[in-house]
Amino acid sequence: MTRELHTFKGGVHPPEHKAESSGRPIHAAPLPRKLVFPLRQHIGNAAKPIVEVGDHVKKGQMIAAAEGAISAAVHASSSGTVTAIEPQPVPHVSGLPDLCIMIETDGRDEWIDHAPLDYRTMAPAELRGKLRDMGLAGLGGAVFPTGVKLDPGATQHCPTLIINGGECEPWITCDDVLMRHRADEILQGVAVMRHLMGSTEILVGIEDNKPEAIAAMRAAAAALDFPVEVVAVPTLYPSGGAKQMTEILTGKQVPSGKRSTDIGLQVFNVGTAYAVARAVHHGEPLISRLVTVTGHVLRPQNFEVLIGTPMQTLISLAGERDGTTGVLMGGPMMGMPVPDLEAPVVKATNCLLVQSRELFPPLPKALPCIRCTRCADACPAELQPQELFRFAKAGDFGRAQEYHLFDCIECGCCSYVCPSHIPLVDFYRYAKSEIWAHEKDKRAADLARERHEFRQFRQDREKKEKAEKLAAKAQAARAQAAQDQVRRAELATEPAPAPAAAAPADPDAKKALIAAALARAQAKKPDAAPKNVDDLPPAQRRQIDEIETRRAKIRELARQPLESEEKNT
Amino acid sequence: MPSPFILDRTSVTQIMAWVLAALVPAIATYVWLFGPGILVTLSIATLTAVGAEAAMLKARGYPLRPFLVDLSAIVTAWLLALSLPSLAPWWLIVTGTLFAIVVAKHLYGGLGQNIFNPAMVGYAVLIVSFPVQMTHWAAPLELTSTHLTLAQSSAVIFGGDVPMATVDAVTMATPLDSLRTGLLRQLTVDEVMTEPIFGRFGGTGFEWLAAAFALGGLLLWALRIISWHVPLTFLAGVWLTAGFLHFYDPGRFGPPWFHLFAPSVMLGAFFIATDPVTGATTPRGKLIFGLGAGFLTLVIRTWGGFPDGVAFAILLMNLAVPLIDQYTQPPVYGGSTRKAKEPAA
Repeated sequence: MTRELHTFKGGVHPPEHKAESSGRPIHAAPLPRKLVFPLRQHIGNAAKPIVEVGDHVKKGQMIAAAEGAISAAVHASSSGTVTAIEPQPVPHVSGLPDLCIMIETDGRDEWIDHAPLDYRTMAPAELRGKLRDMGLAGLGGAVFPTGVKLDPGATQHCPTLIINGGECEPWITCDDVLMRHRADEILQGVAVMRHLMGSTEILVGIEDNKPEAIAAMRAAAAALDFPVEVVAVPTLYPSGGAKQMTEILTGKQVPSGKRSTDIGLQVFNVGTAYAVARAVHHGEPLISRLVTVTGHVLRPQNFEVLIGTPMQTLISLAGERDGTTGVLMGGPMMGMPVPDLEAPVVKATNCLLVQSRELFPPLPKALPCIRCTRCADACPAELQPQELFRFAKAGDFGRAQEYHLFDCIECGCCSYVCPSHIPLVDFYRYAKSEIWAHEKDKRAADLARERHEFRQFRQDREKKEKAEKLAAKAQAARAQAAQDQVRRAELATEPAPAPAAAAPADPDAKKALIAAALARAQAKKPDAAPKNVDDLPPAQRRQIDEIETRRAKIRELARQPLESEEKNT
Repeated sequence: MPSPFILDRTSVTQIMAWVLAALVPAIATYVWLFGPGILVTLSIATLTAVGAEAAMLKARGYPLRPFLVDLSAIVTAWLLALSLPSLAPWWLIVTGTLFAIVVAKHLYGGLGQNIFNPAMVGYAVLIVSFPVQMTHWAAPLELTSTHLTLAQSSAVIFGGDVPMATVDAVTMATPLDSLRTGLLRQLTVDEVMTEPIFGRFGGTGFEWLAAAFALGGLLLWALRIISWHVPLTFLAGVWLTAGFLHFYDPGRFGPPWFHLFAPSVMLGAFFIATDPVTGATTPRGKLIFGLGAGFLTLVIRTWGGFPDGVAFAILLMNLAVPLIDQYTQPPVYGGSTRKAKEPAA
């Protein structure tokens, strides 16, 4: 079974450091006393809490629901009590705390009722909705909600399904050990994906520095009733990038600005496939994952970790050592420094890489760019990093965008090879965020302008309407006057009626009339309330109540900062 | 501190050190075939360049250490020294080096910022300002009876008490110069090339020097410090232009191999046109850059006012680099061209 492999342009060969952690078996991390669940663990909208402080929750219970089209739910990874819903340290490049649900575990680890899904009889949209409600998101690093990606689109058919076991980042081995030990379940998940995507060709790409994983996956694939081709690809960072893996296996490039489904393929990480299998065949939401803890620790290894476990717990488990200079989440090429080890393991946490001065000597100071274009030779996105750097540094973001800044995948190859040691990727991140901020400002300004224009339009319209009304009234009055005159002329010829009958002159009678009118108005009030919410099904009624309580909460929240500000002053 | 957290070992210092190392075969050949004078020239240029670099860094408020150890000033000094006549007076070398480092490099913003190759700027200033002193080329030892020692060479360079006859005995017009003056005297190429200064395919001695430069260049290519694009197209530009002219009129235009095996062409193709700072960066741009420089070299040699055109050709192409780069941007992953703007999706 040999397949003609293609190559992507660029790439680098950093020292692999895989052997440190890949040899040991998967070790289940113990249940921590405290679990922290950030509401933003995936790309897209943050999940919305559906529990309150003091609630008791069970393992696998949804504690925050997906919000909007691109989102994923969050689940309690063990049973316990919700102790707080407040900002906590999270693993994010900004280093800023984010809203989290805190749970104190009760040690019983009591599951919520759960059952396998009969995915073959379910409508695809229903199954996708289920996966989203089970919190599934890509575990390869991007944490894009899986349900969204499992939609083949209008054609209802995505011929090629690529399962990415590249794991090209140095040090990380969680996908490797997952494939070694749980190949069958990965492929069970692949079967579900294949069902949803209508795929006929399934390719599993694994870097050839993982022979055990390749063998295990091939053995598991042989037992399947549908063909799965396990392909060993040359070890070259970043072959595990979705676009690079696609090109290696199929020779196709995803057109710039398009999705991979546009060229009839979709890529999923092996860990995601495993999570899909757990969700569909066991009814388990995404509440745990494998995490490599490696680098400057006594026992580098892979743990099966409950989402929400504080990172410090894992580092202690692996054996903390003196001389630790920092911890990275992810690998050395694309990872980010963890600002606070109380931050929890999230869905994106594939690796905790403990740094020391020996393993990660401080980077030398940057020299000016000498335009040697080693970065361009290494760039897998085939960009001209030296030009992007020049534009980003000069603040010429328009030109940077023209030179395809947003095709940069931030793999770090350019920075890695730069002989001047320029942190190039940093400049690109800076330029991107500046452009985003600018666009946001522009959108806000556009919105404000539109609002202003609409207000002006409305005022003009009202003025005009008023004028028209007045004109109409005046005309009516004139017509009336004319009529009256005619009538008066007529009346003049007739005898005058009795004046008493014209109006009730008695003041008491007048009062009674007013009271009666008031009573009538009062009686009418219930009718004035909107009628379309009267006979609603209970579900909708509940939803409305929820919305009302949320609005009340928001109002309360909106008041809070003001109060605190007042306190401060 | 952001990702990535690891680096490849290659540094600017390393790259510059390899460039210097790749020049060593040529320097050795130079000493062997033309005498030790070049060592004095190299030393003067090096000291001047390092001194000027340090002074300029200090004046501009930059830290000395990282920029002095990057060795870029020494590379400039060596490239300039190897372009100058090896028995040129010391003040000529100092003037050229100062101009290269102070004006062409630092006044343009220092390492990585200069538009023009500093060594070539230094050379151009000297050939325009001091054309007579720029003819003090050491003659190939093969053709002279008097051989200068290192001390005697120093004396010549520093204007010491050396009899004029000795100086005349050890200096000689270069093959290119001889061809030029010969043609100006209405001789045909064949008639001129009977002179002893003309060797097998280049100039006597000079052809081996050219080969030594090419050897060093191939070393840089093997080490992936330079790519093949510029040297190959530069040489092709020279060879094709010379070949076309020679084919058109062999009596008036020198043979292509002779033009190709001039040391200045090999030095220019492998060491100067490949300067990353002042050269084109895109693959297609590099091809255009090299071809253009090779073509212009021949044009200037043939119809220009100076015996050699490598320096001016490279400076002219330096001038065109921003334009070349802008119009030769390669397609990115996903096939879109540079001009195509992203759809707002």
